[in-house]
Amino acid sequence: MIISIASGKGGTGKTTIATNLAVSIDGPVQLLDCDVEEPNVHLFLKPEIEKTQIITTPVPEIDLEKCNQCKKCMEICRFKAIAVVGEMVLTFPELCHSCGGCMAICPEGAISETGRELGVLETGARKGVQFSHGRLRIGEAMAPPLIRRVRDCTLENGLTLIDAPPGTSCPVIAAMKNTDFVVLVTEPTPFGLHDLKLAVEAVKILQIPMGFVINRSDIGDDKVRAYAEAEGIPILMEIPFDRKIAESYSRGELFALAHPEWKARFIKLAEEIETLTQRGANKK
Amino acid sequence: MKEIVILSGKGGTGKTSLTASFAILAEKCLLCDADVDAADLHLLMQPHINKQTDFQGGGVAQIVTDKCTGCGTCIDMCRWSAIGPDFVVNEIDCEGCGVCVDFCPEQAIDFPTKICGQWFISDTRCGPMVHARLGIAEENSGKLVTLVRHEARRLAEERGLQLIITDGPPGVGCPVIASVGGATCVVIVAEPTVSGIHDMARAMELCRHFKVPVVICINKFDLNTDNTLKIEKMAHEEEIPVVGRIPFDSTFTLAMVEGKTLMEFDGSGSAAKQIENVWSAILNTPAMTTSN
Repeated sequence: MIISIASGKGGTGKTTIATNLAVSIDGPVQLLDCDVEEPNVHLFLKPEIEKTQIITTPVPEIDLEKCNQCKKCMEICRFKAIAVVGEMVLTFPELCHSCGGCMAICPEGAISETGRELGVLETGARKGVQFSHGRLRIGEAMAPPLIRRVRDCTLENGLTLIDAPPGTSCPVIAAMKNTDFVVLVTEPTPFGLHDLKLAVEAVKILQIPMGFVINRSDIGDDKVRAYAEAEGIPILMEIPFDRKIAESYSRGELFALAHPEWKARFIKLAEEIETLTQRGANKK
Repeated sequence: MKEIVILSGKGGTGKTSLTASFAILAEKCLLCDADVDAADLHLLMQPHINKQTDFQGGGVAQIVTDKCTGCGTCIDMCRWSAIGPDFVVNEIDCEGCGVCVDFCPEQAIDFPTKICGQWFISDTRCGPMVHARLGIAEENSGKLVTLVRHEARRLAEERGLQLIITDGPPGVGCPVIASVGGATCVVIVAEPTVSGIHDMARAMELCRHFKVPVVICINKFDLNTDNTLKIEKMAHEEEIPVVGRIPFDSTFTLAMVEGKTLMEFDGSGSAAKQIENVWSAILNTPAMTTSN
């Protein structure tokens, strides 16, 4: 089973839920940090990194000896990543989406592929939690291809948790797609509710069952609860604001490890998600 | 004309709440919301929308069933596995590269331009505002950010406004890169948590990469004073000005619930005083005082 933890708004507690849930569960569990722009899971899980890989995406390389400046590559590229200027062929690797169109269309076979570095993929473990994350290279714009590489680390068996990036656009979709359940972490404030509604729409498009976790549940107002009820989306957990939790978070601590009552609540959360996922599967 | 862009790396550090407060303090400015993916600034500014325009993104492949012979060329060539065995394109997976369109031997694939969102020109109590709404699950957020910032500049020139305040998105990827280019000064709102520091460092690196001047504002500084000192030390080592510390204050949430900025909700409180100090420190940084 794959559970993704997403939010819409940033800073609502995705990583807090993902990490505390991972360390609370007995049995094999994997945690994939798909927030490759700002990966934070490792700061809390503190895994031993066993493997580091540089991840690249294919971009064209032109053999000027073979090129006869026919411009077919420039014409096919919809991302303006190739320009033929006189005798010169300029490539703009940072604009390239790696579709391979230029290589396929070149009648002279003058185009091959080299790699543009997207970032690194690291894999490790701590206390029975298998861990992988991606870290986007600074200056690299495209997160989704690296997110897909992190997703490729998904193990066949057991439970996989995915910490998704904020927002509702392509990086979040790459992180949530083909998962069995989405936990949307929100806070009961106007910003929280506004972005939660967007996230719900995104999850609906992907047709994945979902539930809410309300963090800092005693601040703000009651509108998130009213919205959950109107939409028929279950509230799986509420975590009241506690300055001690906020402070322990600031130090990189996992409160489920220090407080057995929270560990029990996270185990219950996992069980509830499993029940809801099975119910969803039965409906299909 | 000067543009201040508010970033953070990590989400939820207080970018939007501070942007809105700065707008109140600036008195005359143009507001720009570059967080097109999860835009929230309008919840505090209640803009009156004067003009709404569709945002044309890239194309999306559509297979014309009548013309399709089922040869499978498109499926073989698509690197995103966006075309199913039934020759239906999954729009969410389609990258918009058009390779299938160009290689289909039957020319059976259309490539209509998709409307990926809307952008708006509005009025607020602090002046004009340019903002946008990217469609759910859409791509091209960087392109929309670039458009919104471009329109903000154009409008500021037209209205004779000298200052643009831009609320940026979280992260360091595509929309953030589109938010920093050409900015006069980036303000990174950092929080003194291990994740806040980690993400601030990456946002700082991004600004250095694109050679944009940057200053740091520490929000919720009293949540962990050791980490606050750590941020100040990091900034000092990088020769980045720290424009101030703002305390953790639940008044921010109370103001948000009322749809107000903190300056309007509780202008005499201690957080408001600190925001005033931060704002004048930003305006006095070398990046802002050097004429451009």
